Amino acid sequence: MIIGVLREARPAETRAAATPATVTQLLKLGYSVIVEQGAGDRAGFSDAAFVEAGAEVGDPTGADILFGVNAPSAEQLDRIRRGTTLVSLMAPGLNPDLVDDMARRGITALAMDAVPRISRAQSLDVLSSMANIAGYRAVIEAANVFGRFFTGQVTAAGKVPPAKILVVGAGVAGLAAIGAAGSMGAIVRATDPRPEVADQVESLGGEYLAVKAADVEVSSTGYAKEMSDDYNARAAALYAEQCTDVDIIITTALIPGRPAPKLITAEMVASMKPGSVLVDLAAANGGNIEGTVAGEVVRTANGVTIIGYTDLAGRLAAQASQLYGTNLVNLMKLMTPGKDGVLVLDWDDVVQRGITVARDGEVAWPPPAVQVSAAPAPAAVAAPAVVEPKKKASPGRRFTMIGIGAALLLVLVAAAPVSLRVHLTVFALAIVIGYYVIGNVHHALHTPLMSVTNAISGIIVVGALLQIGTADPTIRVLSFVAVLLASINVFGGFAVTRRMLSMFSRS
Amino acid sequence: MTIESAAQAAYLVAALLFILALAGLSKHETAKAGNSYGMAGMALALVATIALTIDQGTDALGMILIGVAMVVGAAIGLWRARVVEMTGMPELIAILHSFVGLAAVLVGWNGYLLVEGDPEGAEAKLLEAAGTLGIHHAEVFIGVFIGAVTFTGSIVAFLKLSARIKSAPLMLPGKNALNIGALVVFLGLTVWFCIDQQLWLLVAVTVIALLLGWHLVASIGGGDMPVVVSMLNSYSGWAAAASGFLLGNDLLIVTGALVGSSGAYLSYIMCRAMNRSFISVIAGGFGIEAGPAEDKDYGEHREVNAEQVAELLTNAKSVIITPGYGMAVAQAQYGVADLTRKLRDAGVTVRFGIHPVAGRLPGHMNVLLAEAKVPYDIVLEMDEINDDFSDTDVVLVIGANDTVNPAAEDDPTSPIAGMPVLKVWEASNVIVFKRSMASGYAGVQNPLFFRENSAMLFGDAKDRVEDILRAL
Repeated sequence: MIIGVLREARPAETRAAATPATVTQLLKLGYSVIVEQGAGDRAGFSDAAFVEAGAEVGDPTGADILFGVNAPSAEQLDRIRRGTTLVSLMAPGLNPDLVDDMARRGITALAMDAVPRISRAQSLDVLSSMANIAGYRAVIEAANVFGRFFTGQVTAAGKVPPAKILVVGAGVAGLAAIGAAGSMGAIVRATDPRPEVADQVESLGGEYLAVKAADVEVSSTGYAKEMSDDYNARAAALYAEQCTDVDIIITTALIPGRPAPKLITAEMVASMKPGSVLVDLAAANGGNIEGTVAGEVVRTANGVTIIGYTDLAGRLAAQASQLYGTNLVNLMKLMTPGKDGVLVLDWDDVVQRGITVARDGEVAWPPPAVQVSAAPAPAAVAAPAVVEPKKKASPGRRFTMIGIGAALLLVLVAAAPVSLRVHLTVFALAIVIGYYVIGNVHHALHTPLMSVTNAISGIIVVGALLQIGTADPTIRVLSFVAVLLASINVFGGFAVTRRMLSMFSRS
Repeated sequence: MTIESAAQAAYLVAALLFILALAGLSKHETAKAGNSYGMAGMALALVATIALTIDQGTDALGMILIGVAMVVGAAIGLWRARVVEMTGMPELIAILHSFVGLAAVLVGWNGYLLVEGDPEGAEAKLLEAAGTLGIHHAEVFIGVFIGAVTFTGSIVAFLKLSARIKSAPLMLPGKNALNIGALVVFLGLTVWFCIDQQLWLLVAVTVIALLLGWHLVASIGGGDMPVVVSMLNSYSGWAAAASGFLLGNDLLIVTGALVGSSGAYLSYIMCRAMNRSFISVIAGGFGIEAGPAEDKDYGEHREVNAEQVAELLTNAKSVIITPGYGMAVAQAQYGVADLTRKLRDAGVTVRFGIHPVAGRLPGHMNVLLAEAKVPYDIVLEMDEINDDFSDTDVVLVIGANDTVNPAAEDDPTSPIAGMPVLKVWEASNVIVFKRSMASGYAGVQNPLFFRENSAMLFGDAKDRVEDILRAL
């Protein structure tokens, strides 16, 4: 089958749906590729580069499969024939008319921005790959406008405080922004209604600011959702407080299929220091900041800059094209089980079902819900461990026992002949010493301790030595054997302990 | 000052040196000094005893015998100590215990031959005069009994540890009755022997004790071997002490009692670590309650390969490795040590969490890791590290099973319920190195393998660790 790569109709779109590198991979899957003239120009990929990679340059609309970044324009749609499979970003939730239109035209439409958030589909997730770029770029844009260093320095020319950055929303874009800003040396803080992202924020070197609210969100889709009023009030207080402190704010709060929540009010912006910068990644959906103008840079009366670019990912066109193109290649890998250039749409696969918005003249949007596996398991039923308390002997009873024991021992020892009494005394005291002497032995030394006590118990050699002098040959033979065995113990035990101990070393 | 009194003084000094040796062995800093004290004490005791034997007029043949026995014994001992693999440590220690046991039996028999076997002899007359002849009869019996139990018990432990016999517990019907019966018969025979010193009584008690020792250890499962070995250590001490009573030698009594009580305490520590009754382990109790593995559905386990683990490790900040007997079996400690070094060089915090009963000998894992040159200050005990798992990115469970089983905490019906375990499942990722999905020694399935944050890396631990090293 033939894959066609469309030249983007929108004048502002810099990205391309394929790069020479992804073309090579598509060819390996058995497809041939036709790239529309100039499709990669704005991303820095010339037609010649595509040809070199093995693609043809020509009119792609006759192809079986069409790749685009954005949904095609009406003019482009008119040129597409029935039965073509079209893959692009479509925002099907926001553009029901487009979906209907494509269904009417008999186009099988696959929306790359509708990939379900499950682990298996991560390699296709355009939203993540684009958000990653946007988050990075947002920091770069902010740094461009911001008049100071990010990192704190003490120089001969004076001391420079580090920039403080607040990232609102720790999704993919937010995390990318945290990482980029952190690596430039700024102090980074982040907020997010999902408490489970705290670890991720900290892992990138940011500080997680929790909103202390009653309702803790458990998201079943992997995206954030709208919060309660109580939460919003507390969050607003947190933002108001942070606005007076931080130099840069990057907002990334988006709720799928809804306008972006207004998080930073005009008063908050007014309270910021002159020279501060805000970057609103949600500008396309209305913005998180009051005063954002989509696609524009605004300067407020108090010298604060609000950046509302909606094409942050496109501002890194080569990178964005490469990642998007790779997402498409991964989709083709999934849908080309035979690696023979034949596209198979498997309706039973949740990923393929999820992205299909129109097929065979019918609208297939929205797909059935997919439960994201990250949902926490229901809280384990706390099984009250009914451990029967060990019967502790009452003190009275214990004293009685000890008393009886002492009395028995007393009688026994008193009745014993003198020599035995001396031995018993020594014996009893040695037992107590043995107990206390190893009372707090370090766990790592259990084995050496055991081998040394083993060597020491070879002291029985003394007994055998004392018997060997007798004239009786039987006794001599037996003692000989005993001396031999015990000697193995004595020498072997000490030697092996020495060997072990010499291995223990501190780092 | 006679040779006799000088020897007594030397014995006292030797006993004190032994105490210093044990005390020194409880800390890393003093351990080597402790071992030296022990050697000094032993050398002193030997010199004093040999001087004593010369003083008592031992003939040339006797001296030659002593020389030959000690030289041969020393040669064998030093040779074994030099060549033993650190993974084979449990076997070596078990077999050494059996030597002490056998020596105690021989000394006991000699005591009989010297006194009871020769009622008109000088020794017997001496004891008669002191009025301790009856006590001597009992001492012979007790000494032989403890020695024989230690002997066969250690032999069985050795065979089990070296996998020459199956390590599953032997289940004889009425095993507790057998054990107690043997003790009762022993007591009866002792009384009988005190009245009438027949040789066959001594033979009978020796045989009974040998059988008892065999049965005691045979009915204890392989998973309890750390306790068994340290218990046998204790027995060998008591055997030496019994010989001391027999010979009226205070050095033997003191040393035997030291070893006996310290070994018993060590076993008690082990048992507490497994939340098991000391008595039931000694009597071979565990494992009986572990019913047949129930058919509970734990869900599915996830598999990973070495490359994925390597990637996980490179991205981690903090890693804890919890080794178990499987690491010893696979001889994976060198690979693990290399891995530790590489990760530490890359700035990853790597620590080890050691369960008190990991391995087949108390402290077994520590010795293996020390052999592979893992610094001991990153090898931590369960209690020291258990609270840190929740802040850990990756836990590598290498050949451990029951010691990381969450069922011990969550499931009151589990046979290992209440046993303190390493809480590895609190970490973000758990990688379990395992040969198959078979259950551990306790025969209990491990729900850890089916948790969402755990993944299985199947295969020989050594090979897999090397795969990871290559992929790093």
